[in-house]
Amino acid sequence: MNDIELILASAVRLMLPLAFAALGEWIAERAGTLNISVEAMMLGGAFTAIMGSTLTGSPSAGLAFGVATGLLVAFIHATFSHRLTVNTYVVGLTLNVLVLGLTSYLFTRTPGAQVDKLTIPVLSDLPIVGPALFDQRWPAYLLVLLIPAGWWLVHRSRWGLEARAAGENPQSADVTGIDVNKRRRQALLICGALAGLGGAYLSVAEVGSFNTNMTAGRGYIVIAAVIFGGWTLRGTLAGCALFGAADAMRLALPALGYALNPQLLIATPYLLALLAMTFFAKRNRGPGALGQPFVRGIT
Amino acid sequence: MSALTARAPAVFGFARLSTLLLYVASFAVALALATGLVTLTGHSMSETVVALYQGSLGDSISIATTMDETAPLLLVAIGATIAARAGIFNIGQEGQLLIGAMFGAAVGLSFSGPPWMMLPLILLGAAVGGALWAGIPALLFYWRKVDIVISTLLMVFLAGQVASFAVNRPYLLQETVEKGNVASPQSDLLPETAWLPPLANHPYLQMKAGIVVALIVAVIAAVLLKYSTWGFRLRMLGHNPVAARRAGVRATALGGGALLLSGAAAGMAGGVMLTGGVYRFQPGLADNVGWEGLLVALVARNHPLAAIPVALFFGGLRAGGGFLASSGVPRYLVSVVTALLVLAAVFPAAYQEIRKRRRPALAAAGA
Repeated sequence: MNDIELILASAVRLMLPLAFAALGEWIAERAGTLNISVEAMMLGGAFTAIMGSTLTGSPSAGLAFGVATGLLVAFIHATFSHRLTVNTYVVGLTLNVLVLGLTSYLFTRTPGAQVDKLTIPVLSDLPIVGPALFDQRWPAYLLVLLIPAGWWLVHRSRWGLEARAAGENPQSADVTGIDVNKRRRQALLICGALAGLGGAYLSVAEVGSFNTNMTAGRGYIVIAAVIFGGWTLRGTLAGCALFGAADAMRLALPALGYALNPQLLIATPYLLALLAMTFFAKRNRGPGALGQPFVRGIT
Repeated sequence: MSALTARAPAVFGFARLSTLLLYVASFAVALALATGLVTLTGHSMSETVVALYQGSLGDSISIATTMDETAPLLLVAIGATIAARAGIFNIGQEGQLLIGAMFGAAVGLSFSGPPWMMLPLILLGAAVGGALWAGIPALLFYWRKVDIVISTLLMVFLAGQVASFAVNRPYLLQETVEKGNVASPQSDLLPETAWLPPLANHPYLQMKAGIVVALIVAVIAAVLLKYSTWGFRLRMLGHNPVAARRAGVRATALGGGALLLSGAAAGMAGGVMLTGGVYRFQPGLADNVGWEGLLVALVARNHPLAAIPVALFFGGLRAGGGFLASSGVPRYLVSVVTALLVLAAVFPAAYQEIRKRRRPALAAAGA
């Protein structure tokens, strides 16, 4: 592998956990929840995936544990902010503190486990993109199904229309008979499952073990990706790819003898998200009621 | 109208009792969960509680530590409260605190003048730093309508990298070491004249003066928010921005000002942490105090005076956490307990709000 292949492969590897979670975060935000607890969902997913694979002896079963944990975090979040009306940021921050504390408290060093690679013959021998795209751990290929499915769900299904209405103008949605908070809870649960899977991918597929605060703010990068992408799925995934590439460059460039400011590369996602919001404010418009709780009768 | 009649005195008394029970029940659940966690991991809850108590209130040193932990939490919470009163949700305190501490260190390390001026100038510099960092989201909001929650959140992570940048550059804040030694990513030690002094030379008054600063800020904020025209306008802006504008409140100046003040308070918290115990600037200095201070404001329901006991409690937990290791329990338990208590604290009010909203409908249906 030459340098470019190496960086590209590493970029894709770093992007994959982000992409799972970003798909979920995108769905949740379109339904009106700016879900900060995506960090907790990923971290919890990463932790239980390793624990689950140690318990069952199968790393693939670990992925299911990760999904379940993401769902659990999402359920708590949804109950507090879309059944009760506790401010969603408050619930999100608290859950992040809770899961970080809990996983660090419960963490004991385990042997670790890793799912198998799925190398697609012929295609993986392609120059430049071959190793990056066709020589990954098998759960990575789930994205090929999940991304179109997510897009279809949000943009083509009745559920998606209702969820988007709940995010855009909950009062009007309510008048037309949509149960706004129910749609938001469901979107949040989907986000939980996907973010849990993303976290599980990080631990069980990419690294093969768990570490204290393993996600290290990847959830916030996911949020930045959705903002950077202007709340479109295409843009969100482009953001993930870009941020994965920045991370890969930070890790690879010093080894290859190039010097690029590491702080700038780490700050890239947040900086680009801020700039995107500042300068493309018209085009980059988020859902109208993003982050606002919905209570019937209050405008 | 039905909502009014539902609040007859007899019902009111009953409602108070049920509120109390609800709070007791949710805290009991939180503590039961924590106990379960401790017990399941093979530790003893009673030993854990004793360790937490000894670390936070056990002797004069522990009490001083609790106070030192409380001061920055309280300052952050006061800032969050001021912004929240204006209807602005600033969640970037963790970053504002860090940048504040960085500014404070820069002031302290470049200052030459009368020694008594040093400490006030550092705290002032820290407040200015925090205000500047909060000022960017304020500017972006009033200039380009960028959502404040999102921008303040993103700025937290930018702050971390700015801090890391500064302490890795010898021409900025990185420490100077003798030739041959490797410089760590941290600033030089502040001179002792810049250290917050203990309150007094009495065994029970060893806490740093930071707590006094925080308490004074809390009381001033409480008085101004309640009795001044400024506080009234702030509330008006928070409750009904449209009406406030009609009444001649300048939303940009007042709301932006509130955000700057909240950043300044967080920055000052950073200054207090810098001069009260770390004495040099490090990128990890904030240590979640920004996030936890925000939670303090939340549990105190955005009331500056209520924030004092809540901050004391959280500060005690932080102090006790440092002592937990002696009982073999990982100190991360403190984060778990903190989060559970926050959830327990916000649950009853939210639950009752839902109940109250359903009740008039039920009453109307019954009548």
